[in-house]
Amino acid sequence: MNYLGHVLNHLRKDLRLEWRSRDSINGMLFFSLLVVVVFSMAFDPTASASRQIAGGIVWVAILFAATTALNQSWTRELRNDVMDAQRLAPSPASALFLGKALANMIFVLAVEAILAPLFTIFYNLHAVGPGWLLALIMPLGTWALVVNGTFFAALGIRTRNRELLLPLVLFPISIPALLAMVQATTGVLTAELDSIQLYLWVKVLISYDIIFTTVCLLLFETVLHAE
Amino acid sequence: MSRPTPTRIVTGLWFAATVIILVLGFHQAIFVAPMEATMGNVQRIFYYHVPSATAGLIFPYVNLIGSLAFLYWRRRDPLKALAADALALAAAEVTIVFTSIGLVTGMLWGKPVWGIWWTWDERLTTYLLLWLIYVSYFVVRRLSSTGQTQTLAAILSIFAGIDVPIVYMSIRWWRTQHPSPVFFGGPDSGLDPSMRPAFFLNFAGWIMWGVFITAFRYALERRRQVAEQNAALHAIEASLEIPHQ
Repeated sequence: MNYLGHVLNHLRKDLRLEWRSRDSINGMLFFSLLVVVVFSMAFDPTASASRQIAGGIVWVAILFAATTALNQSWTRELRNDVMDAQRLAPSPASALFLGKALANMIFVLAVEAILAPLFTIFYNLHAVGPGWLLALIMPLGTWALVVNGTFFAALGIRTRNRELLLPLVLFPISIPALLAMVQATTGVLTAELDSIQLYLWVKVLISYDIIFTTVCLLLFETVLHAE
Repeated sequence: MSRPTPTRIVTGLWFAATVIILVLGFHQAIFVAPMEATMGNVQRIFYYHVPSATAGLIFPYVNLIGSLAFLYWRRRDPLKALAADALALAAAEVTIVFTSIGLVTGMLWGKPVWGIWWTWDERLTTYLLLWLIYVSYFVVRRLSSTGQTQTLAAILSIFAGIDVPIVYMSIRWWRTQHPSPVFFGGPDSGLDPSMRPAFFLNFAGWIMWGVFITAFRYALERRRQVAEQNAALHAIEASLEIPHQ
């Protein structure tokens, strides 16, 4: 079986497991909704400046929601010595990682698909700049969070206080990506950035994604066999 | 006290030289160097801030090299890998200390001179990120299960090494407020000759101190590793002595 076959197998497995219990998605959805409401209390959405901060708030909400899902994405591998089976399986370790990262990506994108209209409603948003660019920025930014998040969640499988470790390690490393995605989203919503700067942030996101996807794929085998 | 070995002699001399240089540097920085025209005596913190900040940028690379060496030797030569990990750990601790000092002295200098404690320009943000990433490095080391600790920490060190330059560049595109470089900034920059002894003495002294502390911590960690290995060997041998019925 070729590499893509292995990746798709892992992806199918994770999607199927998630579909049976729907823990992750339900938790994420409700959590995101709560975050939206809390932020609406904290930052008045009716003020004229709400368009300026909406980009940042969306991404913080997605960051927190994704963290809750990523934390549990590897726990299903811990029961019944599944991790040992994964280590012995003939598929390359990076295929396991990629499959799981893609599954997490699908879950977070599903949550975003519900979160984005909610934000538009609660903040009365409409993009003043090129709105179609958001269809590019959202997946790129989400991938940046998901790929590193899946990797660091795997890093923390056998640590005690696993749920605490993921945000502590993920947030500092993700700062450049967060900056780029927030700047790009705000640039699209407010049209205050000229197109060169806006595309610059999109390019920063793309390069961040490429660099860290490569690093994660290369290093995952070491993490899997860390013991 | 056992017979002085070459290592101990060198260590003693290095330590003595470091202390002498630091004392001379203190004298120069506080009493001899002239008062700066615009900032006054507050500027003297510069002689401590710049060496600490620079050391905080050198030792992460020592940590990265140690981590890469650890990953390389992990399966090929475990004993060398252990030594590499001890170096990585020592360098990481020294990084956090120097980075913390750099951040605090920078803030103490910034408030009277710029009027602000903090700003999110590329240098300060990258520095804070460096500090945060190395704190997370220690969290990983502490929370991970034994046996995995060194590998996971080494991997995080690689991520840190890749991420910090990216942070720097991305925030540079965002804004800049840090004073322009004193040394390579252009025709008007450069340190006044009367300030040079104070600066270079402190710079050399604090880097030497960092090297000394790293070496000391490395030796400490190596002793801890050897003690752990001996204890494990002792336990294995004890388990082999269980009498059969």
